[in-house]
Amino acid sequence: MDNYLILNTLDYPILSLILILPLAGAVGCLFLRNERTLKIWGLTVTLATAIFSCQLFSRFNPATSRYQFAELRNWFPALNLDYVVGVDGISVLLVLLTTFIMPLCILCSWRHIDVRLREFLIVLLLMETAMLGVFVSLNTVLFYIFWEGMLIPMYLIIAVWGGPRRDYASIKFFLYTFTGSIFLLVAIVALYVTTGTFFIPALMEPNYPFPFQMWIFLACALSFAVKLPVYPLHTWLPAAHVEAPAAGSVILASILLKMGGYGFLRICLPIAPAATLACMPYLIGIALISIVIGGYLALGQSDIKKLIAYSSVGHMGFVTLGIFLLSEQGLKGALLQMINHGITTGALFICVGIIYERTHSREIDHNAALAMKMPRYVTFLGLFCLASFGFPGTNGFVSEFLVLIATFAKYPLAGAAAILGAVLAAAYMLRLLQKMIWGRSDGHGLPEQDRDGQRTLWDLDLREMVTLGFLAALVLWLGLYPRPLLTIMDRSVVHLLEQVEAGTAVVEASAEKFVEAPRTVNPGL
Amino acid sequence: MQIMPLLPELTLCLMALVLFFCTIGPCRPAVLQSLVTGLSLLCLLAAIAAFRAEGILFFNTYRVDLFSQLFKIMLTLGLFLAVRSSAGLRGIDAKLRPEYCLFLAIATLGMVLLSSAYELLTILMSLEIAAFALFVIIPFRHLTRQRVHMEAAIKYLLFGATATGVSLYGMSYLFGFGRSTHLGELSLSLPQLLGSERLALVGLVLLLCGFFYKLGLFPMHYLTPDVYEGSANETAAFIATLPKVAVIAVIIRLVSLAGPEAGRLTWILAVFAVLSMTVGNLCALAQNDLKRLLAYSSIAHAGYVMIGVLSVNQLGLAAAIYYMFGYLLMNLACFFVIYQLAPGGENLTFEDLRGLHRRSPLLAATLAAGAIGLTGIPPTIGFTGKFLVFTAALQRDFYGLVILAVINSALSAFYYLKIVRAAYQPATTDEARVVLAPAETLLGFFFLGAIILCGVLPQGFIALAKEAVAGLP
Repeated sequence: MDNYLILNTLDYPILSLILILPLAGAVGCLFLRNERTLKIWGLTVTLATAIFSCQLFSRFNPATSRYQFAELRNWFPALNLDYVVGVDGISVLLVLLTTFIMPLCILCSWRHIDVRLREFLIVLLLMETAMLGVFVSLNTVLFYIFWEGMLIPMYLIIAVWGGPRRDYASIKFFLYTFTGSIFLLVAIVALYVTTGTFFIPALMEPNYPFPFQMWIFLACALSFAVKLPVYPLHTWLPAAHVEAPAAGSVILASILLKMGGYGFLRICLPIAPAATLACMPYLIGIALISIVIGGYLALGQSDIKKLIAYSSVGHMGFVTLGIFLLSEQGLKGALLQMINHGITTGALFICVGIIYERTHSREIDHNAALAMKMPRYVTFLGLFCLASFGFPGTNGFVSEFLVLIATFAKYPLAGAAAILGAVLAAAYMLRLLQKMIWGRSDGHGLPEQDRDGQRTLWDLDLREMVTLGFLAALVLWLGLYPRPLLTIMDRSVVHLLEQVEAGTAVVEASAEKFVEAPRTVNPGL
Repeated sequence: MQIMPLLPELTLCLMALVLFFCTIGPCRPAVLQSLVTGLSLLCLLAAIAAFRAEGILFFNTYRVDLFSQLFKIMLTLGLFLAVRSSAGLRGIDAKLRPEYCLFLAIATLGMVLLSSAYELLTILMSLEIAAFALFVIIPFRHLTRQRVHMEAAIKYLLFGATATGVSLYGMSYLFGFGRSTHLGELSLSLPQLLGSERLALVGLVLLLCGFFYKLGLFPMHYLTPDVYEGSANETAAFIATLPKVAVIAVIIRLVSLAGPEAGRLTWILAVFAVLSMTVGNLCALAQNDLKRLLAYSSIAHAGYVMIGVLSVNQLGLAAAIYYMFGYLLMNLACFFVIYQLAPGGENLTFEDLRGLHRRSPLLAATLAAGAIGLTGIPPTIGFTGKFLVFTAALQRDFYGLVILAVINSALSAFYYLKIVRAAYQPATTDEARVVLAPAETLLGFFFLGAIILCGVLPQGFIALAKEAVAGLP
């Protein structure tokens, strides 16, 4: 195993630490009574996790594609199952995204959540552990446990603290993702039975027969495609987004949707390269459909949250497109797009949460003409909307541009379709901006002051400024200077491509060698 | 003769005897309760003490080995938890409570005997000891107006007797072909017989059908829901868990008789397993009564566990034992919550669960852990069990079977989630808190911890189960 891993050389097991911190924080919540203490506690725990995870960024060695900060412990020897965690250039960015989004989630639900705050924080912290676990685990079982472990907390976030149609939305979310991921379990077990190991890097080594690869790919892809989500498996997303509370939407959009893309990169591509190549045209097609349909549907929404939810479908289509172009620029663009989407869409959902706290409506028409009343809010909203459709100078531009270049380099026609999606994105975002900032309004249907004599539309307070300001800084930083991220992911992406090429080359060679031999029959089915 | 190999059985006899004296005179409820709790704990300790005991007793008809001792621990643990989680026996007619406890002890004795029985007639005797005790306790339910429990009891009795008849009929075939009722001797001739004589296979399947009745496996599943619905909550908790564990011990012994290369038997069992899962899960979707729902869920779980059994390899059998252990814990947890929520011993529906997280966060969490575990979501014991069972089946290349099981798992998520959802929904009417005694609180935490911890750290149990299975002759 050692040639895959660089064991952790820090004084403390950093990855286990950031996994355990939120879990311990959740247990700690049980002993706190006061609401304010609870909130501060939750914020402290998530901030501490974020601060510790900075080590991963600063001590990361970008010159290698091996898994760093790795830890290896015996867990279940009867099945050759170990507790093994580590990060490479792909996962470390997603880990950082998670740890930095979580404090913002707590900040943005500061006023929003007023019932069962303690349970909310517990669920949120459990969620953080599960999400980080998915990104750091290097063992398929561990991966699956964390993957499924996210389901229940997310289900509860929607079902308990959600909007009026939360029952429908939460059940739909649960059933879609559970049905998808249970096939992942079969793939994991089938891989184990063939190779005798659960260790992900070791699973990438053998060249499996093509039919087997195909089954593995389909089983995994179903589960990842639901999470991603791609058309036509996306229907759970708008429902879940709309009904979830602000923090839930942020987690869903910023982190959960990245699980699908990450799964493709970590499991599908390296383990089943030949099947990936065979399915590539279909997935590119699906990605283009997602981009265009997502944009088209977003154009017709009157609910801000729904609009952003559909825009996510389009953005994640760019991720799928970038991944399955199987070129360096495409993969880097896809990965960067995942990070950027996490930042911008998360920010947009926080913006929606902020306005919903004030006007109690998510309809665009009810929230029109805010420029006069809330100038600071409108500034941030404008920035994030521009970033969302990839305005030059913002982070969205860099990643969409990379994916588009890669597309045009390989399939100019597909590139044209993707451009259409980008134009649609500009259209719906500008429509949103135009209405919300300058549109006509008959006073938002609300009096200037509510019954307690307080203003109904007040501008951002300090807490909200900090939350949004942090994200805005990220948007601009990654838009103007994305180099550090690209350096970190460089070796891992190149290595991944080498794996895919090696895998496909072997299959092609063997296919040529046995050109007269009968097709192998798929075992057992 | 050494006493150690028979220690659990003797302790259960002692428990039955003491409770028998309780039935004669007047017995105060508190005394009865502490007596039952103490004695069942004693049985558990006895089973643990006799864990490593070995011996072949009673003219080679009774085998005490690691396999049987493991099951005895599970059974006595189940008895203790079942008795403890239904403290007070509120659903049972007050006059009959001592008798009820007596019959529980006798039933457990029969099951403990069953796990060691190594000869067809001994198996039948043990099965009947357990079955008759259960026949008796179902009508003990305290219901003033309705008489559903009587219907359940009659059904259970009649179909139980029929199942025994079917079993005996199958045994006659096996005896006719194998010229022996001793499992050790049958294991020498049976693998060839199954290949050459079709009727030997019929005999074995018929014999197994008698046990499928207890397990609630298709095609003998159909009255399980009626019985659960009609019996008191505490009775249902008992008959939903312990007999199934005991019967799995016999089924493992019988199926491993046939050897690993039992082609047609594997097919038949696979068909039963798939139908059982599918019927159980589909019917459970439409239920509103929680006990009926758990009954259908148990039918589905019988199917999952059969996948482990029919894989016959070491991991498969060990996984089946582990799965049964998990099933025992998760079901007892669910029934524990049901019992606590029904002070009058009535049947609960989803409506009664509403707002449970307010009325008692611990009960809501326990119920959720049980339901999530039964769905098979990590990190619970249900997930690890399913995972191991599927791994074993894929080792034998049963891809189709595993995929059907997985689809079933996804199907089942819907109704288990309905339970969790109901428990976490806001209440419509009253918000009276459920007050738990300290012992019950402890028990709730125990279930919660056990379902998660045994799922995360399965190594110890699986190693034991593998060792036990390896010791099977």
